[in-house]
Amino acid sequence: MKSKLTNILGAIFLLGIGVFLGRSFFSVPQEVTIPIPSTIKYRNAGTSADTLQVAAAREFNGQIIEVKDGESIQAAVSQANPGDLIRVYPGTYSENVYIDKDDISLQGIVIDGKWPTLDGKKEINDAFLYSGNGILIENFKIINYKGNGIMGQAGNNFVIRNNWIIDTGVYGIFPQYGKNGLIEHNVLSIIADAAIYVGMCDNVDVRHNEVFDSVAGIEIENSRHCLVENNYVHDNTGGLLAFITPGLPIKTTFDVIFRNNFVVNNNHENFGAPGSTVAGIPPGTGILIMAADDVIVENNIITGNNNAGITIVDLANGDPKANDPSAEGNPDRVIILDNIMFDNGKDPTGELKAIMLTQLDSKGPDIFAYGGGTGSTIRDKNKYRTFGLDDYGIPPITDTEEIQTMMTPSPVPARSVSKEQLGELTYYGVCAGCHSFGNRLIGPPTEIIQAIYHGNPQGIVNYINKPLNVREDYPEMPPQDYLPEEAKLAVAEYILSLKK
Amino acid sequence: MKKKDLLIKSSIPVLLAALLLLHYAFKQPATDYEEIPLLNTDCPPGFKRNANNECIAQNLYMQYDSPNNKGVGGLQTGLPEIRDGFTPQEIDLGRYLFFDPVLSGDGTISCASCHDPGKGFSDGLATSIGANNHTLKRAAPSLWNVGYLKKLFWDGRASSLEEQMKGPLFSPEEMNNTPDNLIHTLNSIEQYKLLFAEAFPERDRNAPIKLAEVYTSVAAFQASLVSLNSKYDRYAHGYHQALNDKEIEGMNVFRSFVARCAECHTPPLFTNQQFAVIGSPEPDDLPLDPGAEIPFQDKTLRGAFKVPSLRNIEKTAPYMHSGKFKTLREVVEFYTGGRGHAVPEGEDLIIHWHIWEPELSEYELDRLVDFLKTLTDETFTPEIPQTLPSGLNPTVKP
Repeated sequence: MKSKLTNILGAIFLLGIGVFLGRSFFSVPQEVTIPIPSTIKYRNAGTSADTLQVAAAREFNGQIIEVKDGESIQAAVSQANPGDLIRVYPGTYSENVYIDKDDISLQGIVIDGKWPTLDGKKEINDAFLYSGNGILIENFKIINYKGNGIMGQAGNNFVIRNNWIIDTGVYGIFPQYGKNGLIEHNVLSIIADAAIYVGMCDNVDVRHNEVFDSVAGIEIENSRHCLVENNYVHDNTGGLLAFITPGLPIKTTFDVIFRNNFVVNNNHENFGAPGSTVAGIPPGTGILIMAADDVIVENNIITGNNNAGITIVDLANGDPKANDPSAEGNPDRVIILDNIMFDNGKDPTGELKAIMLTQLDSKGPDIFAYGGGTGSTIRDKNKYRTFGLDDYGIPPITDTEEIQTMMTPSPVPARSVSKEQLGELTYYGVCAGCHSFGNRLIGPPTEIIQAIYHGNPQGIVNYINKPLNVREDYPEMPPQDYLPEEAKLAVAEYILSLKK
Repeated sequence: MKKKDLLIKSSIPVLLAALLLLHYAFKQPATDYEEIPLLNTDCPPGFKRNANNECIAQNLYMQYDSPNNKGVGGLQTGLPEIRDGFTPQEIDLGRYLFFDPVLSGDGTISCASCHDPGKGFSDGLATSIGANNHTLKRAAPSLWNVGYLKKLFWDGRASSLEEQMKGPLFSPEEMNNTPDNLIHTLNSIEQYKLLFAEAFPERDRNAPIKLAEVYTSVAAFQASLVSLNSKYDRYAHGYHQALNDKEIEGMNVFRSFVARCAECHTPPLFTNQQFAVIGSPEPDDLPLDPGAEIPFQDKTLRGAFKVPSLRNIEKTAPYMHSGKFKTLREVVEFYTGGRGHAVPEGEDLIIHWHIWEPELSEYELDRLVDFLKTLTDETFTPEIPQTLPSGLNPTVKP
């Protein structure tokens, strides 16, 4: 009996070991994310106002390029073509990834809690730099960079989501000069300027992010048509900001909605770089609206911000040092709808403190407005402790329910030129330096080229790829192989069709 | 055979008659001779002549959009609006005027004296030298791509090329001419009278040359100086092999938010056309140049200058508004020297927020210089006239 029991126990024990060994040796953790770049999906904003339904804007027919620990993400980007998906497995990647192509998706794969991590080791400037349209960056952990976690320069239709960004220098996520973008479900902390900085952009949604322990939480600067919704913004110096920075080439901020955010305990000491615009933000600033127009503040929970819950100020008072005569510095037509506000202004600082003391009040208000600006309104003003809102009337609206998104109804189309236009731009923009129709310049006249290659555009393409000096009295033409293939053929056909 | 001969013979007078008839029916109004144009009838490279005989800019950046039409952004961003639409004749006449020292008071200085195509349309000097060897206070800015600029002069005090050129033309320290003397001189030169009549065909060809025509022609020529075909541009249009690894590293430092170069020197023109107080030092013994503070009467602009384009920057040493730095390496090093480190004592300048302490390494500074040299393109350099309508010698050599 005893031995039978021992046998059974032994068998179970062995079975257990077997299962353990089997799992350890033979099972590779699997990820189950469906490998489709989310940029090809598009929110069907057009179908109905009360849905956030997404639909595939087009088929995915790119290549999937995998990057494993020890390999280089940049090498994959260099190899990728527009439409491709780069999938990055857990591991540590210490590099600066730059994406100067359109429609590239970078998708981190998190397995068993292990993230693909870009570590700048406080030596590398930026983790991701992109200039292409249709860039997706998702599921990356980004730490210890000097400049930015993710910076975009003039890329439209971007999606930046599900990233975990810690201490990446000046900004965490910073799209600049972009139209139509989505920044969602990112967690960012310890950023010396703005954790999320939407700069000189249009039509951007910033949703469901957590930003904390940074100087500025989410900053909408010199940008238009932005929705900042459902974010948890806490323990920064300033929480949500909409403003105009003077001296930039694009000089307006308007049509911004701050809705359904938690803006809580933004009392962090200001550790912004001296001279930076945010270095002047007083700790304890919940929401700051400086010089921006048509900002709507709705249904936010704004509590525990020690200077003021909402500060509305003009440029002359908010940033008196910088001057830009071509930027209009008053915040006009701000609309404050229902918000929950309490516990703000416990420990005011600086100018606001001095101003409140003239009111014999040692506390800061929930809402503080100072300086110029007209047409601003507030719902249920009596709910809050306010300063400077005497001329605020009743808002023209009660809610913004009908606005689901600020993104454009369909992706911003790439500007395309016809083949003939491309040929013309290339001919006059490049070839005309050496060729003129009827005259000899550096190279032979275009009419002579026409005579030689009549009906043979490919002959011209071959020649410009690999010129062969056939005329003793002319210098050899440098190869023009750098032109895009379509431009080469377009210009060859244009040359043959050219009439004086 | 005979019949055929007869047919041919009889057809000859008929044919002759027909020809005669045709001749009289289509006879043109009498012209003594076909005039050979003195000025170029083609647009310069980078421009296409349209049906109205206007030169319209054409380049590969016209494939792209530009955010809010400001002409600033990233690699594939459209350019700002250019001054175009001048006629080929206006541009070519402007070329003669530009190189002709007859425009100066004593006939020794031309526009090209300080804006020499062989020196990046600058003069290679820290600060330029004007009439009577007078040393000026600022460096001659390059004229490459000047047709895209909305403000001119280092302090941005002019807002059109026509307005700008009156500065040097009539400054006693520069070309030292007067409007009256300039127009009198030009009207006394037969060749110029012919050229102006050809460039401005709408007016009576015997009418005197007007100052406005001088300004238009010189502006037309200046706006035709386009440089958009550098190695960098090839990269921007998608040919990534155009730059080597070191140059790409430099480009990434340039546009990163650590160095922040691209924040003001924004592609595709490599200027955002704003004013910036960067606190760069003057050459020894020179007092601080107040810059835009003076024309705009604005204390906050003390020490502010217009952000210059960096295209062809390799060709225009020495650098900064008064030529303090001899090399690009010295320039990039300035930006990592610390915020306001070169501001004279007692000056309280409002230094631009992008000037900070980026702590760039020596390696990164070298790469920045590598990148800056990829912005060179002089393929559309115009021809320097061999002889000038005034009979004077050009001040610069072809």
